[in-house]
Amino acid sequence: MPALPPAIGLGFKPAHFQDILAAPGAVGFYEVHAENYMGAGGAPHAMLARLRAEHALSIHGVGLSIGGAGALDRDHLHRLRQLVKRYQPESFSEHLAWSSHGSVWLNDLLPLPYTDETLATVCAHVDCVQEALGMRMLLENPATYVTFDSATWAETDFLAAVVRRTGCGLLLDINNVFVSATNHRFDPRAWLAAIPLHAVGEIHLAGHDTQHLPSGPLLIDSHARPVADPVWALYAEILCQTGPLPTLIEWDNDVPAFAVLLSEGARAQAVLSAAEQGHSNAA
Amino acid sequence: MRPDAPHAAQQAAFHAALWQGDPPEGLAAPTQAERMMRFSVYRNTVRNGLIRALAERFPVTQALVGVPFFRAMARAFIAIAPPRDPVLLRWGAALPGFLDRFPPVAHLPWLGDVARLERARGRAFHAADAAPVSPDALRVPDPGALRLVLHPSVALIASRYPAPGIWQAHQPGGTCRMPGTGPEQALIGRQPDLAVIVVAVDAGTHAVLSALAAGAPLGRAAAHANPTAALTLLLRHGLIIGTTTGETA
Repeated sequence: MPALPPAIGLGFKPAHFQDILAAPGAVGFYEVHAENYMGAGGAPHAMLARLRAEHALSIHGVGLSIGGAGALDRDHLHRLRQLVKRYQPESFSEHLAWSSHGSVWLNDLLPLPYTDETLATVCAHVDCVQEALGMRMLLENPATYVTFDSATWAETDFLAAVVRRTGCGLLLDINNVFVSATNHRFDPRAWLAAIPLHAVGEIHLAGHDTQHLPSGPLLIDSHARPVADPVWALYAEILCQTGPLPTLIEWDNDVPAFAVLLSEGARAQAVLSAAEQGHSNAA
Repeated sequence: MRPDAPHAAQQAAFHAALWQGDPPEGLAAPTQAERMMRFSVYRNTVRNGLIRALAERFPVTQALVGVPFFRAMARAFIAIAPPRDPVLLRWGAALPGFLDRFPPVAHLPWLGDVARLERARGRAFHAADAAPVSPDALRVPDPGALRLVLHPSVALIASRYPAPGIWQAHQPGGTCRMPGTGPEQALIGRQPDLAVIVVAVDAGTHAVLSALAAGAPLGRAAAHANPTAALTLLLRHGLIIGTTTGETA
């Protein structure tokens, strides 16, 4: 099974298409949101086909509602299968979250309680996706703002159990870890020490916004600014343990000039190169 | 709701609370006020995410009413016509009709048609690919019997108001010419270079194009008006993808 290169990737924005063509090899891969390429034809597919011809590709879904209580949307799964068949991405990933209820699509990643019941549901859904797409998927840890009284599993144990039972990999979003840790007052390093790092197939880095509650800060996963310093620090620590991993700079709102994304990417590349050095020295 | 309520019931309560009332029970927080503040993040991201998605698809409609009004209008629209699947690029088909009947915009009777035009552009942008025929395809012994297969991006707008002119006036680099006051028509389609075009056409050309799009043979379409302008437009923008001469469309 082909994999993403252990290099820097960027979220593809159509506004950057000409810049990307003018800078071949600037990054190791591009990532697209699956749902933006579910029209029949036109410019989106023309650009994606061109992008795919010259770069490794990650397709990142935001629509499957893997954490939803109901059955997966068969039509949506079919659309994903078509997309994966057409573009043969090196990676497909989705979120540990729910995003639709009944017949309403909410366009957001909503939290679920970690219980025996939801574990069984999520595992069944991941099995279903991997079977339909004919490939291993990566499951992304969420950024959350609430937790549930009914939860009986730690998020880390829950993720490890999904990996163990389904064979899926993890998309480790380090900004999400930091956001959730800050919001729920736990230690992000303890969280990172408790997940199966061997299963991590990709890392996401993104920026967040800060609000304040009476009990302390509340960080919002906004994808609208540079990656924060504590997230860079966690990233460097993790790569020391894992060695280089495919690393995506996510910037989806208030998207800046391509050069700004490249400079965030260069900062990540420096960490990646150091990790590579460290690993080859250790070996 | 009990904290041990099954997942489906818990999600239903969470979903209901996104739109109104108190946060759902069962959320861990030191105080009710903090529970509300935390839950409100989801309320805001769901609402703002959907409103932003709608605004991206209807930028001129938003410009015409202003952002604050558009947001309030979008909330009313989302309450009755939320997206039904994750493919948001298809969402919004019901917005033009909603605007036609939305009392707060009754004084802007052309607003629904502007939204119709924007919707047609969005559909054209994502329509299936199809290569145009060469102009030679129209050089046949009996052109009157010829039926045209138009590109799947083609849409026709006929407004009782100058909606196409109003839309054009809001385009970057567009002329500052004042829109007219009477009915206007437009052809929308996507060229082989993937650019989506909006071309103003007169009522006769619109009638010919509508007949051709409905599968009428050229001879019958020409009963509405001289078809030269319609055919020239279709050929120039690469919008004819096939021809047939059979009796049935």
